[in-house]
Amino acid sequence: MATADKSIAYVRTEMVGEKPPPPASTGIIGWMRQNLFSDILSTILTLVAIYLIYAILAGVLPWMFRGVWNAGSLNECREILAEEYGEGVGGACWAVIRERFWQLMYGFYPSNQYWRPNMAFILLIAAIAPVLFEKLPRWMIVFTIAVPFVGPWLLWGGTIWVPVVAFAGFVIGVLVNRLVANATSSLLGLIAGVLAAIVWWLLLAGPVVNALASVVPLGLEPVASRNFGGFMLAITLGVTGIALSFPLGIVLALGRQSNLVIVKSLCVGFIEFIRGVPLITLLFVASVLLNYFLPKGTQFDIILRVMIMITLFAAAYMAEVIRGGLAALPKGQYEAADALGLTYWQAQRLIIMPQALKIAIPGIVSTFIGLFKDTTLVSIIGLSDPIGWAKLIQANSEWNGIVWELYGFIAFVFFLFCFSMGRYSMYLERKLQTGH
Amino acid sequence: MSELATRESDRSQPAVSDEVAIEIINMNKWYGAFHVLRDINLTVNRGERIVICGPSGSGKSTLIRCINRLEEHQEGTIIVDGTELSSDLKNIDKIRREVGMVFQHFNLFPHLTIMQNCTLAPIWVRKTPKKEAEENAMRYLEKVKIPEQADKYPGQLSGGQQQRVAIARSLCMEPRIMLFDEPTSALDPEMIKEVLDTMIELAEEGKTMLVVTHEMGFARQVADRVIFMDQGQIVEQNEPEEFFNNPKSERTKLFLSQILGH
Repeated sequence: MATADKSIAYVRTEMVGEKPPPPASTGIIGWMRQNLFSDILSTILTLVAIYLIYAILAGVLPWMFRGVWNAGSLNECREILAEEYGEGVGGACWAVIRERFWQLMYGFYPSNQYWRPNMAFILLIAAIAPVLFEKLPRWMIVFTIAVPFVGPWLLWGGTIWVPVVAFAGFVIGVLVNRLVANATSSLLGLIAGVLAAIVWWLLLAGPVVNALASVVPLGLEPVASRNFGGFMLAITLGVTGIALSFPLGIVLALGRQSNLVIVKSLCVGFIEFIRGVPLITLLFVASVLLNYFLPKGTQFDIILRVMIMITLFAAAYMAEVIRGGLAALPKGQYEAADALGLTYWQAQRLIIMPQALKIAIPGIVSTFIGLFKDTTLVSIIGLSDPIGWAKLIQANSEWNGIVWELYGFIAFVFFLFCFSMGRYSMYLERKLQTGH
Repeated sequence: MSELATRESDRSQPAVSDEVAIEIINMNKWYGAFHVLRDINLTVNRGERIVICGPSGSGKSTLIRCINRLEEHQEGTIIVDGTELSSDLKNIDKIRREVGMVFQHFNLFPHLTIMQNCTLAPIWVRKTPKKEAEENAMRYLEKVKIPEQADKYPGQLSGGQQQRVAIARSLCMEPRIMLFDEPTSALDPEMIKEVLDTMIELAEEGKTMLVVTHEMGFARQVADRVIFMDQGQIVEQNEPEEFFNNPKSERTKLFLSQILGH
């Protein structure tokens, strides 16, 4: 505010009030001007993009909606299309999805038992819901605890005493832990609890299950792993992989930061080895090589072997993602937790992990999505997941030559799952935002 | 120095007991090969308020961080509240329960509300019932004059408010000793006073306090003793009046002229 007398003294007598922004910068017009037509180059790019989108949709949409839903083979499909729209006009042959829907969903799972995977899927949703949304009633955690035992039983069948006895192992572990921890120290309690559970599962569980099953023969018709297929298989592998690789990843990430040299080197070695090997090699090891190393006659389920490999693979990546979150935490958080007298595990659980995991959410969810999509690799080792089924269907003389419809459908279903995971991660990030 | 005279007049002097709160005997510490603390001998009585000052890198922060084992000393003895600091985790936990600490950068837990920040340690470490811990926390939040912020997150508070919450969080553990590690160094000038006022109030209640700070006004007003450190050793310690008006060592004189000279 220099005036004619060049004085630098200036006193504001009145504070300026709030004014609305100029109208051209707000609303739809303002938004378009800013984001689509800000200068000549961006106007041209906008128009080109609009044309490209139009061209793609103009090609794909009619093809999709001209689709034939009722046909027994690809040739029949083509005939119907030619009849209706004239020779040479393309249209989707959705009939293949309709006819092979159950195989794409369940593989060779016996059709009179479809209620079991369906039931397992519903229970799974009930189990995941309280973990994902904390507003849901807390009693729903019951599902979360039950599904790891009930789910496999529903899918594979067999006597009901297997999940019950497996669960009993955890109860025994916790009880022993309590007893020993009260009598001695918490570390000894932990070791005793884990040992008790392992002894139970390895030595006692088998005879106990047999005894109980002979007294009360309750159970479901067993279904062998080779009959598993389609999206049921993909979801089974994906969900167990996600559920197991996450805690394992946390443990590995903490181990990698440990001051104990042996723990640290073991974790680093494991992570670097797994990350240095393609998943498909691990799957081949699971499907072929492992049999050579195991004692003759060992029954070790192929799906279980694949689950372990996928879990280990994802856990190594998970550990690195979580380590990134840990590294982003200021040292002061550890110091404050220490200074308040929290123990290592309390500090990890209450202070460090909630923050590190929050930082790592995008990476964690990306790893989950990657893992879920990687389950399609099992088609290479002969498991019939959706991709495996697509190949089987294509090999069939009736559907020989069908490509887009099958893979499009599979891609669409995968997209639904993966997109939901992505959206959930964004929701979670927003929810955990605490204004800093 | 006329300012000093007025400050002197309203200086409160609660009694310092003869009971020993902290005893440090011939303590040495190295960072790698760097000798960061050298032959530290220091006895702090219960109720005593001590201000530690010195140039940066003189080891003053490291010294108070040794008292609650955020840093490990390699030689000598530290006895806090009758418990000797060793690598025994039980002793460390016991001492940390009795020693509160306030940091330069507050170190509040950003994912927890102010109330949760204040009740976390009482609930998990002291096993106080939640309700009681919350009532207690509210009392301390009132004491630092921000009870209305209890349900906000640290990120929504100003620096001065955050530091007062950090003080309240420490107090919630009812520590017998409070350590302050440059509590006002990261604050805007307008916010320093509100934190110092809170600390003065604490000091006047007779809590044992060790404060690393450059706030010489605070030292004059509340300290029973001022310690000057340089190059990892205690160079001079005295009552504040003597320390400021009549420093003995050349190094202290130089330091005081540097920070009081403008």
